[in-house]
Amino acid sequence: MNEIAKNDYLTCLLNSLSARREDNFLPESQQNEKLSWLKQLRAEAIDQAGQLKLPTTKDEEWRFTDISPLAKLPFKPARTSSTLELNDIQPFLIEEANNRLVFVDGYFAPDLSNILGKDQLIIGNLSSLTTHPVTEIKHHLGQHIQLKNNIFAALNTAFLQDGAFIVAPKNIAVSKPIHLLFIATQKETTNYPRILVVGKENSQMTLIEDYVALQDGAANGAYITNSVVELNLAANAQAQHIRIQRENTNAFHLANGAVSLDHASRYQAANITLGAQISRYNLDISFISEAAECVVHGLTMVANTQLADTHTSIDHLKPNCTSHQQHKCIADDSARAVFNGKIIVRPNAQRTNSSQSSRNLLLSGKAQIDTKPQLEIFADDVKCAHGATVGQLDNEEIFYLKSRGLPELVARNLLTYAFGAEVLDHIPVNSLKHKLEQTVLNQTQSS
Amino acid sequence: MINNDSQTILDVQNLHASTQGAEILKGINLTVKSGEIHAIMGLNGSGKSTFAKVLAGHPDYEVTQGTIQFEQHDLLALSSEERAQAGIFLAFQYPIEIPGVANSQFLRLAYNTVQTNRGREELDPLEFDDFVREKMKLLEMKPDFLDRSVNEGFSGGEKKRNEILQMALLEPKLGILDETDSGLDIDALKIVAKGVNHLSNKDNAIILITHYQRLLEHIVPDYVHVMEAGRIIRTGGKELALELETHGYDWLHNNPKNSAGASA
Repeated sequence: MNEIAKNDYLTCLLNSLSARREDNFLPESQQNEKLSWLKQLRAEAIDQAGQLKLPTTKDEEWRFTDISPLAKLPFKPARTSSTLELNDIQPFLIEEANNRLVFVDGYFAPDLSNILGKDQLIIGNLSSLTTHPVTEIKHHLGQHIQLKNNIFAALNTAFLQDGAFIVAPKNIAVSKPIHLLFIATQKETTNYPRILVVGKENSQMTLIEDYVALQDGAANGAYITNSVVELNLAANAQAQHIRIQRENTNAFHLANGAVSLDHASRYQAANITLGAQISRYNLDISFISEAAECVVHGLTMVANTQLADTHTSIDHLKPNCTSHQQHKCIADDSARAVFNGKIIVRPNAQRTNSSQSSRNLLLSGKAQIDTKPQLEIFADDVKCAHGATVGQLDNEEIFYLKSRGLPELVARNLLTYAFGAEVLDHIPVNSLKHKLEQTVLNQTQSS
Repeated sequence: MINNDSQTILDVQNLHASTQGAEILKGINLTVKSGEIHAIMGLNGSGKSTFAKVLAGHPDYEVTQGTIQFEQHDLLALSSEERAQAGIFLAFQYPIEIPGVANSQFLRLAYNTVQTNRGREELDPLEFDDFVREKMKLLEMKPDFLDRSVNEGFSGGEKKRNEILQMALLEPKLGILDETDSGLDIDALKIVAKGVNHLSNKDNAIILITHYQRLLEHIVPDYVHVMEAGRIIRTGGKELALELETHGYDWLHNNPKNSAGASA
């Protein structure tokens, strides 16, 4: 990556920010003395971003993922000019979800959203809610995500305006899934989705975080999604978090997630990566108290010249916590997939129980998968298991299916599908699961 | 049962096969006619399972000499899927687990593929569901087994029953059961044997590969063959299995007149 290109992107962004910093950066409804903390948060993020550079493959954390194509395009922030109607987004709707927050190019679209569960939970757009549960927001927003050494999270925070804000109150089990739908419509722009989720004591919820593009392929052109999710579970709270990245295949998708888990809370995630030209998802999970548990499933399925990078970190800061992780990658054609899974067990995190499995399937001689399980264990009374495999389809399995009469290609497609579908089995929303199974099926049969 | 007017289903002549440069089968001769049940016994490493895999067309084995005729056609010219479609079925010693594919999905796909190739009607999911549930009763299988992934987390007995269920669905001309009795308790063994006996008729044939006489108490063979070092060294009736059970395989060698078939 050359120095000039690198500066183009950042200079462009930072200039647009410093211009905004002066004047009415906030919508008028928020021109409130009480919101000085938010301005402060943004100002700090702008300073952070100013001190950072775009990562290159010389940075250890980015050595498999070259984002220089992104830096060559000085994408401006997206504009607020949505003309979408409910009909346009029909294919993306999920029947089981009654609460839906829709964001078009990062901006909240109230007409496309559907908020039904207000008796059960606090839900809405960050910038319109800030006057109401402000203490809650102030307490969590920007407090879980690390901005230091994270240029994309810093930029997201610097541009912070709209965002999804959800609180499941104490002792409430939210009955239906909550759908957060992020739609990209403008090419050559950057959008900044932001999500803050708080599960109070003994609450339960299911969350679907969904990134889509309105049109597929070149028609929609390239754009950048730079998203940040913060999720905090209080004692005994439970959340199921399904994340689907199905951007168009010209897009760049850079995402950061930070999850903090309090006493005896339980976090279950299914991360499905299908889209984007280049994508990167950093997921950091921290056990901030004892007896909590997380189960993280991941599936990356890429083809053509796509590159998809998943970096996760599960930090056992406290004793008696359990983490289970399984990540699968399927790469076809000249695609590349990366999985870097770090498990940290701190010195006092005794009786940690942790497992990690990374299984990878190469469908073409030109495809490439890099997997790096990374265990850093500083406690002695722990149970940690990990394993990684990269391979092609198993010949014995193919023979088994052929011996039942299935032609070679059908056998291969079925096994490829099965490899991916096993992860989809962990999605607790049936219509979505079936839709994704169909997507994976179509993709396996096209190869 | 042995019938004088039955058709020859399988005719193996001087079959030699190798894997990774090592010759495992060294001249097998075997003729199987419709209606017959053949047992192939022998110690580990004698080539029994290799013979089964060669019949089913496993890609790891290369036939270097000899011929296999299946219903008057050259079996060696067919791929493994074509053999299955033509009516060869191998019940695996170690059935493969396929997490992510529901058993019902897999069974219907296999059934419809084979049906289509035999010029018969496919069944839609509902019709197939009725059809497969009827067959499952034969093997005393629980209905939830259809929703589970293929063989994943199945006990040894469930896996073997699933193999016989597939045989029931695909209605082969020749069923080859590779150590179907291994890992089964006596109850499961009886259920599996009942299923196999139910499927056996005057138009098809079965080859049972086994170490032990135990299975042959429940599925009574017309012929018992003993394999050693890649060849059939002795052929007899069902009583041969009993003698082997009593005296052990060494008995064939200690008693020269018993190994008369070795030079065949």
